[in-house]
Amino acid sequence: MSGRERPTGSRRSALLAAGPLAFLAVLFAWPLLLVLVRGLGVDGDPLRPLLDTLGDPFLQDVAGFTLLQALGSTVLTLAVALPITAVLSRIEFPGRRMLEAATLVPFVLPTVVVGTAFVALLGRLAPVVDLRRTTAAILIAHVFFNVSVVVRTVGGLWRHLDAGPVDAARSLGATPLRAFLAVTLPRLRPAITAATAIVFLFTFTSFGVVLILGGAGRTTIEVEIHRATSQMLDLRTAAALSVLQLVAVVATLGVYDRTRRRQAARPLARSATTLRRPAGAGDRAAIVGAVSLLAVVQGLPLLALLERSLRVGDGWGLDHFASLGRPTREAVLSVAPAVAVRNSLSIALVATAIAMVVGTAAALAAVDGGRTGRLMDGALMLPLGTSAVTLGLGLLLAFRTGPLAGRGAILLVPLAQALVAIPFVVRTMLPVLRGIDERLREAAATLGASPRRIWREIDLPIVSRAGLVAAGFAFAVTIGEFGATIFVARASNPTVPVAIHRALGLPGAVNLGRAMALSVLLAVITGAVVLLIDRVRVGSVGRF
Amino acid sequence: MRRTALLTTGILTALVLAGCTDDAAGPVRLLTHDSFDVSESVLAEFTAATGLEVEVIPLGDAGSALNRVILTADDAEGDVLFGIDSTFLTRALDADILLPHRADGLDLVDPALVPDDDRVTPVDFGDVCVNYDIGWFADNGLAVPEDLAALADPAYAGLLAVQNPATSSPGLAFLLGTIERLGEDEAFAFWEQLRTNDVLVTDGWSDAYYGAFTFASDGDRPLVVSYASSPPAEVLFATEPTDVAPTGVIVDTCYRQVEYAGVLASTPRPDAARSLVDFLLSPTFQADVPLTMFVFPVRPDVALPDVFRAHAVLPDTPLVMDAGRIDAGREGWIARFTDVVLR
Repeated sequence: MSGRERPTGSRRSALLAAGPLAFLAVLFAWPLLLVLVRGLGVDGDPLRPLLDTLGDPFLQDVAGFTLLQALGSTVLTLAVALPITAVLSRIEFPGRRMLEAATLVPFVLPTVVVGTAFVALLGRLAPVVDLRRTTAAILIAHVFFNVSVVVRTVGGLWRHLDAGPVDAARSLGATPLRAFLAVTLPRLRPAITAATAIVFLFTFTSFGVVLILGGAGRTTIEVEIHRATSQMLDLRTAAALSVLQLVAVVATLGVYDRTRRRQAARPLARSATTLRRPAGAGDRAAIVGAVSLLAVVQGLPLLALLERSLRVGDGWGLDHFASLGRPTREAVLSVAPAVAVRNSLSIALVATAIAMVVGTAAALAAVDGGRTGRLMDGALMLPLGTSAVTLGLGLLLAFRTGPLAGRGAILLVPLAQALVAIPFVVRTMLPVLRGIDERLREAAATLGASPRRIWREIDLPIVSRAGLVAAGFAFAVTIGEFGATIFVARASNPTVPVAIHRALGLPGAVNLGRAMALSVLLAVITGAVVLLIDRVRVGSVGRF
Repeated sequence: MRRTALLTTGILTALVLAGCTDDAAGPVRLLTHDSFDVSESVLAEFTAATGLEVEVIPLGDAGSALNRVILTADDAEGDVLFGIDSTFLTRALDADILLPHRADGLDLVDPALVPDDDRVTPVDFGDVCVNYDIGWFADNGLAVPEDLAALADPAYAGLLAVQNPATSSPGLAFLLGTIERLGEDEAFAFWEQLRTNDVLVTDGWSDAYYGAFTFASDGDRPLVVSYASSPPAEVLFATEPTDVAPTGVIVDTCYRQVEYAGVLASTPRPDAARSLVDFLLSPTFQADVPLTMFVFPVRPDVALPDVFRAHAVLPDTPLVMDAGRIDAGREGWIARFTDVVLR
């Protein structure tokens, strides 16, 4: 491109970046700062709490375990999810779309519910190999939750990769493995790096899973922050640990950024023509393998949950689902499932819309890889790696008064949820945006196409496809979000996860049954909405 | 780009407008924990008598709710706080977040439950006790442990689930009970024996009850720290109607927790707040408490529902610890528990 146009491009990026950065400053940086100032200001010397925390041998152990389990979980998740992604994003087979949507379901299930399902499964497995209350159980549960991160982020790019180079390599005699390593893998690296970073951040700040499956002896930094904040009212320790967590997260992102900068963008195919019918026994075996793997890591726990929701006394039945239709008690805080579902859906859809607007702006701003874009890109990942308890507390301190207090809190919930969903939107869209072949645009311009027409014909089809993948992702992330939401949510708009927690707060078979039935309902609704979003077509875009 | 800016302006305007609807003369706001509930008809009675609507705002578990109110004390999100339990009473009083108020009806409350300080009003109480799965013990031909000390008997190895006192209110109550009964050093020796006996420690009540308790889950623990009111709840919420409780309570292990309410110092409407606290001691509210929150009313003159009379245990001499002693010892004991049981 000519030198004259460059400043325009970077000015456009800077303008686009301003929105997401302002969003981040108001809803993340400011609240977090309030908590840190309050916590570290206790002694008058902000360094003292930090040094005390770093010097505490117990907390050193906690930090070590947090890091190790996150690394282990990330490696295991990639090992399991990449082969699944390879099949789901390249070979077309009946039920493929449904499976792809279903991988997102674990995301929305409250950890207590997943914990119950895993406890049931591990209990049955115990005569063979006893994984109850082990680190292995934590890692397996993390794989269960995070498979979809890889399937979505990596799959989103993979389906846009032109099959040509691979075919060329194969025709030159390369084995499939060699063709994959030499041709496909380098082109997938931006998405794999992104997925790795997200899974690491998620497992690094994991909370419920660690508590329920690891046994109380294994605790992470996140658990200790929760303890200090919610039980001890020890903001000093909570703030010091939050800083420690933040430093670790920034370091991770630094590594991530370095890896990413070495990767050059590569041209993408306009449509997902790489999805092909299965050809030969090899493809069919791959499909069977991927589906079986999914069935084990995600299917079994979900099946255990379904089984629990259908168990009535010593027999089976739909009683718990039927009970959702009628109110149990005329109590003020008892939540009618229909109301909870409506609240969940509307909050998640608003949050998804916010995340899409802010995330798309951020992705467009970051696409040219300039310094501002890179910084913003990294900054937007920070909420993923920040303690939900700290962030929730910060939001409470920041928005206790002003427009988002009281009834305005209804808007604070989707805004807070969007904060967690934005990184997914950026991560899903960016590799695809970067891959748009500049030569296509130049060629179109040479042929006399207006910038608007170039955008419509070349960018839009690819961008909207990636956008839809991102939207399904954001929806699932927001509808299940509980940690930060609980701090800002009000009784007047209880969501399904809140209703599940309330049902699980009382003894009695009916209450457990209701909670399990509600969880299954949440899973089905999420799966259905994601499937629906995945099927939306924008112009000719959907018809690949 | 312009469209984005427009949208942002739109959202901000909506936010500002939403904030403007907040109204000082709205309902009385009752801040509480997630386990709170009240029948709609009962609150309607309060509204009919006083003309005041009530908005119930749950703020997480009991510990989180209190901490949240303390952190926002200069401008709390409500007018009345309900659900300060005896474990955290001193923290609430020291933080100076409540106004003095001698509630109507306090004379009718069991005097043993009334504290010296007039900033808090007792509303209900409940006992944290070890529950057992009656069917499991019958099937396995094992006698139910008779008392607290028996839990350390090797015959009961691998059978008990408790909650981490650092993260759970019943977990902390049970720990305090062992210290009150055995004395500090003896209590931690007892916990060491429990550890040898493979005690399972979970984070919260739900994880223990629905994740480990043989009666309510696929877990492998027939003994669990829960409440004296859990057996009647199991009867009331059974899938098939029954009048036999499937679980029982080991009375010797019971530790008593009292829940208090108070008028928040930052309230702009102290009179309305006071009348709501008075209402919490009214016979209507007190009679509603057992079946909505599964606790006992503090007024002995209020009749209990049949399912409570038939299946709930009310220990004559439950373990109780003085609030001052709890406050002085709490954090040290939790640290010691972590050392002895979890590391």
